[in-house]
Amino acid sequence: MTTTIFVPCDSAARSVGADEVAAAIVREAAGRDVRLVRTGSRGMLWLEPLVEVETPEGRVGFGPMSPAEVPELLACLGDGRSLGDHERHLGLVEELPWMAAQQRLCMRRVGVTDPLSADDYLAHGGLEGLRRALEMSPAAVVDEVTGSGLRGRGGAGFPAGIKWKTVLDTRADVKFVCCNADEGDSGTFADRMLMEGDPFCLIEGMTIAAHATGATEGYVYVRSEYPDAVRTLRQAIEVAYARGWLGEDVLGSGLSFDLFVRVGAGAYICGEETSMLDSLEGKRGMVRAKPPIPAISGLFGKPTLVHNVLTLASVPAILDGGAAAYQALGSKDSRGTQVFQLAGNIARGGVFETAFGMTLHELIHEFGGGTRSGRPVRAVQVGGPLGAYLPADGLDIPLDYESFTAAKAMLGHGGIVVFDDTVDMARMARFALEFCAEESCGKCTPCRVGSVRGVETIDKIVEGRDPDANLALLSDLCELMTDGSLCAMGGLTPNPVLSALRHFPDDFTPRRFTSLHEEGTTP
Amino acid sequence: MTVVPGEGSSAERVRAVVDVHRGDRGALLPILHGLQAEFGYIGPEMVPVIAEELNLSKAEVHGVISFYADFRDKPAGRTVVRLCRAEACQSVGAERLVAHARQVYGVELGETTRDGTVTLEQVFCLGNCALGPAAQINGRLHGRLDENRLDTLVMEAEAGDR
Repeated sequence: MTTTIFVPCDSAARSVGADEVAAAIVREAAGRDVRLVRTGSRGMLWLEPLVEVETPEGRVGFGPMSPAEVPELLACLGDGRSLGDHERHLGLVEELPWMAAQQRLCMRRVGVTDPLSADDYLAHGGLEGLRRALEMSPAAVVDEVTGSGLRGRGGAGFPAGIKWKTVLDTRADVKFVCCNADEGDSGTFADRMLMEGDPFCLIEGMTIAAHATGATEGYVYVRSEYPDAVRTLRQAIEVAYARGWLGEDVLGSGLSFDLFVRVGAGAYICGEETSMLDSLEGKRGMVRAKPPIPAISGLFGKPTLVHNVLTLASVPAILDGGAAAYQALGSKDSRGTQVFQLAGNIARGGVFETAFGMTLHELIHEFGGGTRSGRPVRAVQVGGPLGAYLPADGLDIPLDYESFTAAKAMLGHGGIVVFDDTVDMARMARFALEFCAEESCGKCTPCRVGSVRGVETIDKIVEGRDPDANLALLSDLCELMTDGSLCAMGGLTPNPVLSALRHFPDDFTPRRFTSLHEEGTTP
Repeated sequence: MTVVPGEGSSAERVRAVVDVHRGDRGALLPILHGLQAEFGYIGPEMVPVIAEELNLSKAEVHGVISFYADFRDKPAGRTVVRLCRAEACQSVGAERLVAHARQVYGVELGETTRDGTVTLEQVFCLGNCALGPAAQINGRLHGRLDENRLDTLVMEAEAGDR
């Protein structure tokens, strides 16, 4: 009987040796009846390379595996020995606490299927959502999305249905669906994992969106830092065309939809939707003033639906399972599931998809296992470089939009970066401003100039030059950036700065701080 | 149509790359990526050719090239090492790794060693935030790096093993 062995081809898994493990399996399995399948990653990244072996009871996991441990694994497959004999044996993957506690909608196939196998996709519920959508009128599909309570997963959390309805109701000769896959926030990698692990899901979500809004062309804007995601997505699009899932007459429905991948070029600001649109038009990625909103005048001035990867990847499940089922998950105004990403100094980091409502403390300590260094947690940044820093004793916050807003923080794209007690929060505050100076598009003054002045002011504070006056100046500057910036880049950079000041004031006391310049950041 | 690497004059080769993407909407970025793949950099001598082909001003083309961190105006070293310096990697020692690399190769971030072997660059997030510190070496992602592992990987890349 053929034994199927699964090894991830996700770039994070490959970054710690998955290819070498896969090669060892191929080598050692010569002459045996073994089939190797490369999948996405389950998102238990501390276990990578995670090898799974198909058994009648389900898939049994082994990890983290090294090539040297492969011969022993294959030996355990035969000769009357049991898989449990292997040193890296973890048990049934689906029953591991990390997996069992999740509600996977977006990520349900990631780590399970071969990302480029159309048959695998169909066998695991693929295209059910699209088929159902194509039987409905565009307006009915929009109603379904509105009814689900789905909110944009990119960071702002805008209700998706309102965007969809606006694009549908705006008349134009051509409309676009654009996927913002410029996942630049540190601590986030779920978009990448979905594109590498289940690209057809994104393609299906975008096709449903095209049908619902009347768009005929779609663009996925992927950051250049993700070359593997770009490759996988392009291959998947080719397969989808060959299967009649894209192009003219999608699934025989008469819908015409063409999908293209565009690659960014190392500009964080292009994750801002209007800047991304300018970049897609072949220009500098400059932020546009709103209004007009992209849903009315977006790419090339046409009505454009812009969504994050995970928003679009949630759509097939909503159409398949119905709005009510999705709406039943979560809490108050945070419906459905959110994909959290545990990152930074964390013992067990990875992707965790759950209905809104679990607390940050629970996720970091129970599932994440605390810091990787074994030292106490000191600070946690949620929501990327523009998100607030929270102190270790302030983590009892339910993970939903409302609770985070109440705590003067934001959920953003669900990235959670953990720092141990060696972190210097004045340095992190300085970094936030320095990053803003580096990545600002330069269109508005508060962001372009304020960020540079902010770095200088923090330097003065920690050098002990008139610290009280400079602290007041920094607060003023942050207020100006918050109120006066054109987009979230300048407007939210004060979040990490002010939260660091609020929760860790001792780090800003004057001291010998020459190291800031010496080790500092300006090349 | 595909571009045959290394054939014809520089201007002809630039035009050939432009032709591949001529039908694309907002073709400039795909063209610039194509040029960098073809030449390894986008030199100032290519700007007038691109501008003429796309009916843009030279200033517009230069403005786009200089906006994006990816586009270089001179060739990179044989091995390009991009070290992640975003928050998640900082929390597990990215700055130490950066300081080490600067010392070992004797260059600042964004520079190439004098013998043209290694280009050192910073990058903000490679999407490997649970397995940091991360780096990309010649396009390939690596995680959980320390000083020794980085040195080994760069040496392997230099030797053509990776």
